[in-house]
Amino acid sequence: MSAAEEVVAEGHQAVEAVPKRAMTLGTGTSLVVLAALIIMPIFVKNFIIFQMTMLLIYGLAVLALNILTGGSGQFSLGQSAFYAVGAYTTAVLMEHFDVNYALTLPIAGIVCFGFGFLFGQPALRLSGVYLALATFALATAMPQLLKLNFLEHWTGGVQGLVVTKPDAPFGLKMSQDMWLYYFSLVVVIGIYILAVNLLRSRSGRAFMAIRDNEIAASAMGVDVALYKTLAFGVSAAITGIAGSLGAIAVQFVAPDSYTITLAISLFLGMVVGGVGWLPGSIVGAAFIIFVPNIAEGISKGLSGAVFGVLLFAVIYLVPHGARQVAILGQQLAGKLRKN
Amino acid sequence: MTQAQLAQGTSPLLAVRDVSVVFGGIVALNGVSFDMHKGQILGLIGPNGAGKTTLFNCLSRLYQPSSGDILMEGASILSRPPHRIAEIGIGRTFQNVALFPNLSVMDNVRVGAHSKTSSDIISDSLRLAWVRRSETSVNKKVHEILAYLKLEDVAHTVVSGLPFGTQKRVELARALAADPKILLLDEPAGGLNHEEVYVLGDLIRRIRDERHMTVLLVEHHMGLVMSIADHVVALNFGKKLAEGTPAQVQADPDVIKAYLGSKDQ
Repeated sequence: MSAAEEVVAEGHQAVEAVPKRAMTLGTGTSLVVLAALIIMPIFVKNFIIFQMTMLLIYGLAVLALNILTGGSGQFSLGQSAFYAVGAYTTAVLMEHFDVNYALTLPIAGIVCFGFGFLFGQPALRLSGVYLALATFALATAMPQLLKLNFLEHWTGGVQGLVVTKPDAPFGLKMSQDMWLYYFSLVVVIGIYILAVNLLRSRSGRAFMAIRDNEIAASAMGVDVALYKTLAFGVSAAITGIAGSLGAIAVQFVAPDSYTITLAISLFLGMVVGGVGWLPGSIVGAAFIIFVPNIAEGISKGLSGAVFGVLLFAVIYLVPHGARQVAILGQQLAGKLRKN
Repeated sequence: MTQAQLAQGTSPLLAVRDVSVVFGGIVALNGVSFDMHKGQILGLIGPNGAGKTTLFNCLSRLYQPSSGDILMEGASILSRPPHRIAEIGIGRTFQNVALFPNLSVMDNVRVGAHSKTSSDIISDSLRLAWVRRSETSVNKKVHEILAYLKLEDVAHTVVSGLPFGTQKRVELARALAADPKILLLDEPAGGLNHEEVYVLGDLIRRIRDERHMTVLLVEHHMGLVMSIADHVVALNFGKKLAEGTPAQVQADPDVIKAYLGSKDQ
């Protein structure tokens, strides 16, 4: 039906050797990745820590899209709009109302959930590429909405808002960047666990049932309209929290930071990471953050073209993204063990 | 037959009352009525285009009848949206298998229990104690059904790679997971070989007897219907042609004419 389903269905072909389509990493691998993420900042410079923080934040935003597309089978090219709403919620609350930065995160999440849930209502009538276009319109409209005159007092108009970077609490001897990294890490891991729980639960199965066959899902008692809009709400809420963290990390929000380019990047990150495979989100995020830099390193004048070639190579060689690489690695490890 | 049942004094579990469905100018169903009683296997037969599937889709609320009513235990189901049919005890399978291809057998069957359980996204994300308890009881139930239908070996296999016959059994398992009072089976024998049809007939009868269900069987395969149905309704051109025991319907001249054509033609 929708292209998302095709992507997922094809994804399945590649994993036929594995009895059940794994959504997460094994416990061992997860702990290794976690340990690496915890230790890493101690050995690197502040700028790299900042980049790692952005990696976590984009990873979270890609994860949110993965829940929507990989989970419920709905497309979105409008994630930048939810990201912007989250970022502005935090910026406005911190700068105009002196709210603690940590408190702005759940508020941004709730605001974006409402926003996503409401947007999901009209989107119910659309699917596949048509839904992608509707969300595209949302992404295009958002920067202009943020520049509106009557909102300028709150949003700072075209100028945007400067956000104060928080210091490490409890007298911890830690740079602001390092504190923010660990703060983001805790938030991201917390949300990752909640997302895994959700997708493995009754609600998650309802999402995936809708993705695979709406009519059958409905015959089993799944309220298709409700779960589709819930998926939008959840995805928007998580994207909004990523936006909040992004605003704090970058210390600045401006309308033109949240254009359709961001939405497309997140979409790209999801595809590169593997649609429906949650750990792939961080790999996808790494791709959209670091590969443009690599491309620029190869050729300053033709960085866009080099990026295109690299992207093409990835899609051609591993069409199912990081998930496919992980499965290949797993199979290779299995063979080595046998020998 | 209807007279006999009235004499028994039991009210029907499901009553189809004068149901008509019109698509544009085409009358797909024209004033069809029949009753289903508890514990029956009712066979709905008819040549292609007779209106069997249309009637079936009215029961699962995919179509809205233009007139008439469908009563489940005396209450009309026509005001219910499709997703609120499972909760009143009507379960179904699909003609060409409509499973969730990327989910495991186990997860497919667990979705079948959706209408029997409740949860919300916050409790699910936090895996609260009551959600875990509910999942444990669902899993127990699912394992019981998988064992009943001999699907345990493939419990964790993704559905799309399974043979067609197994997929049909998974679909049946999914329908059973909601403990329906009425099981609607849309051409369950379609695509099965002779041997498999025989096994299927046995299985349907066992489900009726052991799990106390009432079965509506829409079927092309005459042999299957005639061997397991207690009561048969024959449709043709959207109208009820005959109703009665399999032997009565088989002997009905109108039914013979509809299937074989009359001598004058």
